[in-house]
Amino acid sequence: MATIRIPAVLRNAVGGARELTIEGANVGELLNVVTSTYPDTRDQIFGPGGDLNRYVNVYVNDEDVRVLRGLDTAVGEKDTLVILPAMAGGDR
Amino acid sequence: MSPSGAEVLRQIKSRIDEIDPAEVRAALDSDAVVIDVREDEEWAIGHIPGAVHVPKSHLEGRIELTAPDRDQRVILYCASGVRSAWATRTLTEDFGYQRVSSMAGGFKLWKDRDYEVEVPRSMTAEQRDRYSRHLLLPEVGVAGQQRLLDAKVLLLGAGGLGSPAALYLAAAGVGTLGIVDSDVVEVSNLQRQVLHNTERVGEPKVESAKATIAALNPDVDVITHQVRLGPENVMEIISGYDVIVDGLDNFPSRYLVNDASVRLKVPVVSAAILGFDGQLSVFKPYDGPCYRCLFPVPPPAELAPSCGTNGVVGVLPGTMGLLQATEAIKLILGIGEPAIGRLLMYDALAATLTEVKVRRDPNCPVCSRDPEEITDEEMGVFPDYEAFCAGVH
Repeated sequence: MATIRIPAVLRNAVGGARELTIEGANVGELLNVVTSTYPDTRDQIFGPGGDLNRYVNVYVNDEDVRVLRGLDTAVGEKDTLVILPAMAGGDR
Repeated sequence: MSPSGAEVLRQIKSRIDEIDPAEVRAALDSDAVVIDVREDEEWAIGHIPGAVHVPKSHLEGRIELTAPDRDQRVILYCASGVRSAWATRTLTEDFGYQRVSSMAGGFKLWKDRDYEVEVPRSMTAEQRDRYSRHLLLPEVGVAGQQRLLDAKVLLLGAGGLGSPAALYLAAAGVGTLGIVDSDVVEVSNLQRQVLHNTERVGEPKVESAKATIAALNPDVDVITHQVRLGPENVMEIISGYDVIVDGLDNFPSRYLVNDASVRLKVPVVSAAILGFDGQLSVFKPYDGPCYRCLFPVPPPAELAPSCGTNGVVGVLPGTMGLLQATEAIKLILGIGEPAIGRLLMYDALAATLTEVKVRRDPNCPVCSRDPEEITDEEMGVFPDYEAFCAGVH
């Protein structure tokens, strides 16, 4: 179980929540709970093969899971998962 | 009978190490500390390049700050080699410095030999008044303010992020501000783009920016580029700047600027905003990660709405632009810890600032290559980042 921070672009898809507390022992499990509970998020987090999309960075506390154990990275109660897509901003 | 002054001086000189100006000149490239012990008005006319000024009357009080290590190489000089001889005796015998020398013949001999001379620029009385709150800070001081006045910062975008950044960098006395923006001022900009105002609606943003900055600080030279950045102009535009402040509004430009800035080794202070959230990081080529290390590919359009479609609270780019200006100033002054290798995320609604680590990607197509391997022909040739961003999905 851990806390997941939801980025601005995904908040509509999760009913407006900025943070979710989710059951799961590792990053993959947590994200699967999110995408099954909120199906609109699936395509934005996972690619067709079930891997993390390359354009989404996921961190456990302050480390990119890609330098840890990817989706197998263990997550505990005190940990926070951060989902981070790039932002470009602008007016168009 | 007491010895004459000349005799005392002769005795002092026999006890200390005196070296020829040619030896001092050779030591300029080393880590020796060269200290000019003359008075302020002598220093102001000219001094040895790279020398530190500690007038002889302050030497005992300040030497440990200037040369903390008793074993480091220290070279003292004055106008003719007399004051520096006395000072060398003091440092050797009273302080225990092991490797101090006095330059024989002093600055007069140095100039007679036609060696390089550095003339310090000084600020006007008006500038000393204007920047007085900077001059009071030990981390800035006169030397730091002069660095700001000599610095060149390029602002990519005179919009939401560029506006606050430009205002405060100009206020700080950054001597040259380049501004790249092809847009004109619109009423909907004025909710956040505080460089502009109601009277400027319809004018090019770069002209509006120039006018605002001129009124705030006439010390600042504003160079305007009323263009959209593209592969054909990016190298020419960004060359020569010390820091880039990235307030761009689209991914292809961000990737292009990243590529060009890495090749030219110019650090980029990058921020992005949406809604109530901001991101900030400093990309210092080959020191930390680059933008491509952080975001190897851009998101599809539906995951990257613009402020125009999604909205942005006006104060947010104010906050992030100021943080950008702060990082730029830190880079120019060489103080503090710039956010290199860190991505700061500001959540305005929660009033939280969190950070994640960003690491260099050993396989990064942009910055993992040895810079020496980039040929001159390659320097100005870029991948098609528009296609890269469009085609990745």
